[in-house]
Amino acid sequence: MDRRRFLGSVAAAAAGAGAASLAACRGRPPELPPGELSGTSFELGHRLRDADLATPDETREVPVAIVGAGIGGLAAGWKLANSGFSDFLLVELESEAGGNSRAGRNAVGSYPLGAHYLPLPTREATAVRELLAELGVLQGDPRALRPTYDERYLCATPQERLYRDGRWQEGILPQAGADAAERAQYRRFFEQMAVFRRRRDAAGRRAFALPMALSSRDPELLALDGISMRDWLHAQHFDSPQLHWYVDYACRDDYGSNSATVSAWAGIHYFACRDGEADNADSDTVLTAPEGNAWLASGMLRSIEARVGERLLNGALAFRVALNEGRPQRGRVTIDLWLPAERRTLRLLAEQLIWAAPLFLVPHVFGGEPALGAAARTYSYAPWLVANLTLSRFPDDRHGAPMAWDNVLYGSSGLGYVVASHQQLRVRPGATVLTWYRAFAEMAPQQGRVLLRDTPRAVWADEILAELERPHANIRQVTTRLDVFRNAHAMARPVPGLIGGAARQLFAADGERLRFAHADVSGFSLFEEAHFRGVLAAERTLGRLGIRFNSSLS
Amino acid sequence: MNHALLFSVFIVASCGLAYELIAGALASYLLGDSVTQFSTVIGSYLFAMGIGSWLSRYVERQLVARFIQVELLVGVVGGLSATGLFFIFAWSSAPFKLALYLSVFAIGVLVGLEIPLIMRILKRDLVFKDLVSQVLTFDYLGALAVSILFPVLLVPHLGLMRSGLLFGLLNVAVALWACWLFREQLRNFRGLLGQGATAMLGLLAAFIAAGELTSMAESHLYADDIVHAENTPYQRIVVTRWKDDLRLHLNNNLQFSSRDEYRYHEALVHPALATLPAARRVLVLGGGDGLAVREILKYPQIESVTLVDLDPAMTRLFASAPPLRRLNGDALQSPKVRVVNADALQWLEANDELFDFVVVDFPDPSNFAIGKLYSSAFYRLLEKHLSGDALAVIQSTSPLYARQSFWCIVTTLESVGLVATPYHALVPSFGEWGFVVAGRRGYRPPQSYAVNTRFLTPAMTPALFVFPKDMARIDAEVNRLNSQVLVRYFEQEWRQVIR
Repeated sequence: MDRRRFLGSVAAAAAGAGAASLAACRGRPPELPPGELSGTSFELGHRLRDADLATPDETREVPVAIVGAGIGGLAAGWKLANSGFSDFLLVELESEAGGNSRAGRNAVGSYPLGAHYLPLPTREATAVRELLAELGVLQGDPRALRPTYDERYLCATPQERLYRDGRWQEGILPQAGADAAERAQYRRFFEQMAVFRRRRDAAGRRAFALPMALSSRDPELLALDGISMRDWLHAQHFDSPQLHWYVDYACRDDYGSNSATVSAWAGIHYFACRDGEADNADSDTVLTAPEGNAWLASGMLRSIEARVGERLLNGALAFRVALNEGRPQRGRVTIDLWLPAERRTLRLLAEQLIWAAPLFLVPHVFGGEPALGAAARTYSYAPWLVANLTLSRFPDDRHGAPMAWDNVLYGSSGLGYVVASHQQLRVRPGATVLTWYRAFAEMAPQQGRVLLRDTPRAVWADEILAELERPHANIRQVTTRLDVFRNAHAMARPVPGLIGGAARQLFAADGERLRFAHADVSGFSLFEEAHFRGVLAAERTLGRLGIRFNSSLS
Repeated sequence: MNHALLFSVFIVASCGLAYELIAGALASYLLGDSVTQFSTVIGSYLFAMGIGSWLSRYVERQLVARFIQVELLVGVVGGLSATGLFFIFAWSSAPFKLALYLSVFAIGVLVGLEIPLIMRILKRDLVFKDLVSQVLTFDYLGALAVSILFPVLLVPHLGLMRSGLLFGLLNVAVALWACWLFREQLRNFRGLLGQGATAMLGLLAAFIAAGELTSMAESHLYADDIVHAENTPYQRIVVTRWKDDLRLHLNNNLQFSSRDEYRYHEALVHPALATLPAARRVLVLGGGDGLAVREILKYPQIESVTLVDLDPAMTRLFASAPPLRRLNGDALQSPKVRVVNADALQWLEANDELFDFVVVDFPDPSNFAIGKLYSSAFYRLLEKHLSGDALAVIQSTSPLYARQSFWCIVTTLESVGLVATPYHALVPSFGEWGFVVAGRRGYRPPQSYAVNTRFLTPAMTPALFVFPKDMARIDAEVNRLNSQVLVRYFEQEWRQVIR
């Protein structure tokens, strides 16, 4: 019986494409799996534009307010708390802290809703290393050149693979069909990136440091911010289509924008900044967990709670901030919060404010600061979509490299998927969740936002399943749920001029009572950047309040 | 009469295409490279049909009788082709290609004869333009019907052998029907009817016995008798027997031969367990055949054995099939033994039981999934389940054929702080085989064995721990989850051994 079925299936498969498609028609295509369409709080956020929010019925004084409990805000709170400072309040619009590093959870397990990995930290990412050491993931001296990391967080082999022309290959750089000339370009490209990675200026600063604020200001390097990554490739006589695809993929994956949109400085930064090493892993290994980077966010939140107790106020929309109001508030920052659950407004009077929410909100909130509003309007944001597919079992797979953690489809508008259960210690995982990422790099951001706003879940589900059907013929049969998470302003786009521009400098500067602590201040959305900005803002705040602390940044 | 003949054109055409598809599918299934197989099979088949059509000019008299004989021949040769080819392949793959193309050629010639003969029979009643139009229409319709039915219905439900036989039966049925239609014109009506009936019965018998025939053919692939074959969600389990030799194959890899498995299992268990007189609780990971458990149960002081094997079908088979129960001494039915069907990694993570002796008997690290069971993370987890003086023993592939793989396992055990003592033994079915004893403290081989053994003696035991020059230690990296170097070493080394 089994033998016969086996014979039959092999024969049917061998009977050619026509027969295969006929065989596929045997049953009606299954209905789309159920799921939810959710996202960052669109509705609430749009209330910022309305002026009818109530006047405050309660005023609370707090020495330090942090608005936004993404990685930047959590890092600021984490640094304040581990410096022994407890008089702060962390305000978050969403029901949960974590920002772009939040996770979902269902019966099968946890899965990311956004950021999902952290490369091995560079030597200059001292605060990140300190955090990892506190969480027990970095073992031994946090400042060691090659620390040892908890192997459960080191991405298990195989880390990544690429689907192209009906076959999976190991790694994402396209190998098949690359002739000698293209391979020579690959080599030259990576050699150039290695030179950038090692390069230091006269002051000893790395050409491309991570955090980026520590990078060299050599004008020759800053000039790279004036052109796009694609133009730079062409200027360097790189014309291999596969190399261009690879670089473009990297830009879309990290910045949500293609290589023609991203500045060469940001594009090269991606390849040249990461020089972290480990005693027990290759340098290109990443740290990851089933829930993506949410373990880092919840780790900071737990650390804060353990040191200074509950400091998070969530479900609160900061809709108005004023730096200098009439006499009674002299020297205080006024922050008006709309609490939708209670349908009332709470006013915070803070000595110091750390703004750790995205900068696109600034024009709507800082009405009295036109310079800040104007600077914020120079930013543009990439929309982003994350779909989580819950699978009853692993899908059938095409030939080639076996299932990896990160699985990329060549030539797809999506960025591929990561397997949430990859880090689980299992020989044969059963059910799993695949997290599919989609940037909208091929269109203007506004167009992407309209698409995100207007497209029903079923359309996304069908598009994603159709893409995944190429390598996984039975994906529709094994997908039991498909949840779509939308983020209209997922990340700032490092377009030419942003990195070296005045607007970004304005947000990076220290203020008397106000500091910005978000990855947007760096110009691109990386965990290390958000964390650095948060810790820096916290340290500046502590300095301003005259409180002693040990710096995590030197 | 004409309609009947046109209907037979339809049947004849569908049978013709079916044989072609069956030969192509069988060739690509057995030989691989489906593009080449289909292309060459179809090409030779069409060429042979051309020869058949050309030969039809030499058929001058008794058109109907010749047509009936051709039909019968096509039915028998075509119908039995898949079955015959399967047997030839199972017997030896060398003449398979020759047989394949001979049968394709023979069927092609016969099928090539059919349509010209029918057209000439019909010519008497139809004008040429209607003749050509109608015959060819039914010819192509028949081809279409089969090309759709073949992959959608026939192969999935009947398989290749029975599909072939079914079309053979159809051809014979057409012949018999033609006999009846032209009974008044046929000189040798009875003779033809007899031939047809014989062919029909033969094919019917083969059709009914096809299931048996498949397993007979498969048993030739294994050379020995298959006593058990089963597809589980995890693997294909095949147990064979030849005289007194029982063999277990998982996914076509030999796991043991009853002729020498005692060497493997004695070497796996006793060198470590004989030094642990205080051992009470034992854990066996993998080893669902119960043979390691059989050796463990020889020690009366052992109070409990926990066997963790992923595949319930394995442990069920070795707890129930009489010859296998005889082989493992009914170990899996012992009241001391607890069988757990679980993923070893998951089970170790979820439990905090301690054991005095652990046997780690997993398949060789041939893929990333199994490679996890040889990683530093796994050994770190394993270490947490060792009681104070406990020892673990790990089957570690061949230090001769996969030398770096073997020493990689040793290096990995050492990397998590365990003291690793490697040794080896000769198991003829496998060759020179390697094991590693691991514990928190140093280990000394036993001076004597308290239990009955067939292979081990105290005198030869020290020699197991001596590694000759060609198996001596070489450098290897630690096998980590984030590198899985062992799988790469193993692939490389065994690729050089096999062919």
